[in-house]
Amino acid sequence: MFRESYTVKKKIINSILFIVMLLIGLLMIIPFVWTLSSSFKNNNEIFSYPIRWIPEVFRWSNYVEVSEKIPFLTYYLNTLKIALIVTLGQIVTASLAAYSFSKMQYPGRDKIFLCYLATLMVPWHAIMIPQFIVVKSLGLNDSHWSLILINLSAVFGVFLLRQFMLGIPEELSEAARIDGAGELMIYSKIIFPMCKPGLATLVVFTFNFMWNDYMAPMIYLTSDHLRTIQIGLASFRSQYGSEYGLIMAGTVCALIPMLVIFGIGQKYLVEGIAFSGLKG
Amino acid sequence: MVKNKKLLKYAKGYLFILPNFIFFFTFIVLPVLMGLVISFTDYNGFKQFNFVGLKNYIEMFRDEYFLVSLWHNLVYTLVTVPGTIVFALLLAILVNKGIRGSGIFKTMFFLPNISSMVAVGIVWAIIFNPTQGPLNSFLRSIGIDNPPMWLSSTNTALWSVMLVAIWKQAGYYMIIILAGLQSIPNQLYEAASIDGANGVRKFFKITLPMLSPTMFMVIILSIINSFQVFDLINIMTDGGPGRSTNVLVYRIYQEGFQKLQFGYASAMAYFLFLIIMVITLFQFRGQKKWVNYM
Repeated sequence: MFRESYTVKKKIINSILFIVMLLIGLLMIIPFVWTLSSSFKNNNEIFSYPIRWIPEVFRWSNYVEVSEKIPFLTYYLNTLKIALIVTLGQIVTASLAAYSFSKMQYPGRDKIFLCYLATLMVPWHAIMIPQFIVVKSLGLNDSHWSLILINLSAVFGVFLLRQFMLGIPEELSEAARIDGAGELMIYSKIIFPMCKPGLATLVVFTFNFMWNDYMAPMIYLTSDHLRTIQIGLASFRSQYGSEYGLIMAGTVCALIPMLVIFGIGQKYLVEGIAFSGLKG
Repeated sequence: MVKNKKLLKYAKGYLFILPNFIFFFTFIVLPVLMGLVISFTDYNGFKQFNFVGLKNYIEMFRDEYFLVSLWHNLVYTLVTVPGTIVFALLLAILVNKGIRGSGIFKTMFFLPNISSMVAVGIVWAIIFNPTQGPLNSFLRSIGIDNPPMWLSSTNTALWSVMLVAIWKQAGYYMIIILAGLQSIPNQLYEAASIDGANGVRKFFKITLPMLSPTMFMVIILSIINSFQVFDLINIMTDGGPGRSTNVLVYRIYQEGFQKLQFGYASAMAYFLFLIIMVITLFQFRGQKKWVNYM
């Protein structure tokens, strides 16, 4: 009798919690559903009320028109290129540095690491002006190199991978050292392959950041053919401000790649975020 | 011989850092130092410039435009930080209950966060459209005859942006809090149940104290992030209407990249740096008093 009323009570509580989550969940995704549905409509249909969530006619022409009005494919490829180079560069340079900070002994190591730690307090916006001056004096502004180089300086990957490598038992590298393996060998054959989950996190994290980055591309890229997807979308909006159907179609195009990556790498992205909360 | 071997070993350590360090030094350390120097000059992109001492820093606090931005930024921080964290805590606790479908809900809550600020800003700006937008159409249909003007009014623009910011970031902090919740040992709750504690009591006596290191970190992170808000403002309001949504980074951007007043903008940027440093240090001192580390 007691047990029965307990399970009934629990069931009721769970149903209430389910409904609360469902309502909040809807609140979170309704703007996306509305965007997708509006991307197939014309202006009148977008603003007619009550909202028709499934469009009467699917105006695929919105997507065609967007790609005719702006070089969306170029923007895609530009963003992809920059994101891939930065991600790859991060993997190599950050893992080497992390290996040095976690597995090698030499004077000054911890002082250099402290230097890295201290820069965590420096917000990017506080140094964007002198950073711009440095990039400009190297003659690299208005080129993809500007974005690639400034993002290779990110230290998040070094912290993430160092933490990961600290968790790998010292005996493994010691054993290899006794067998006569050099540091580069130990790094590439033992430690690096063991960091795969950490590396996956870094890849998804870096790619997400690069794909969505807005302010740096806006500052550095002035030529149209160099633009990334986000500034491409923003400038499309300011040019065709009242063609809402087209803007929505463009927005959907800018969102899809990240959703795909998220679908594949959600686990790693979540791990990276949980880590960023621990680093303090 | 032995000494040489040791030196070689040391050199290798530095060599492994070097590829990363080149970028780190050129694009982070160097700018940090340059920024400080530039903030004491009237540098505006030309070769010739003068040291002006503290002039930029003094001018800053006479610049009404800057003070307005600072004020808006404070409001933004004071509203979005508690708003985001309470919302994120609620989301994390809900997801952590492990009810059927929690995984899908977690993804739904998290979706705004992986979307770009540009996309989100554009979509919400249209949703907020005061005459035709779906939000006001909805509000009118449920009997609110004079719905807010959202981004079009100086009174509500900042609030509208803050609403979107909370909606966008909550999922991120939910993930961090969730990791904290999952690290609380279950035995604590079991022991409390045996002692007859109810859910509310368990929340305040176990969950919150055990979660305090995570919450501490989340608060720091969100305050720091709130002082760097830019993308959303740039996309949704361009700082307007009037100056009603102008914030610190937006002001720095205007002086630095639109007017090319590098000296003055660098002083404001260093002021931003100072704010964030003070908050971080202050929080680290405060943490000893109320954070419970196991």
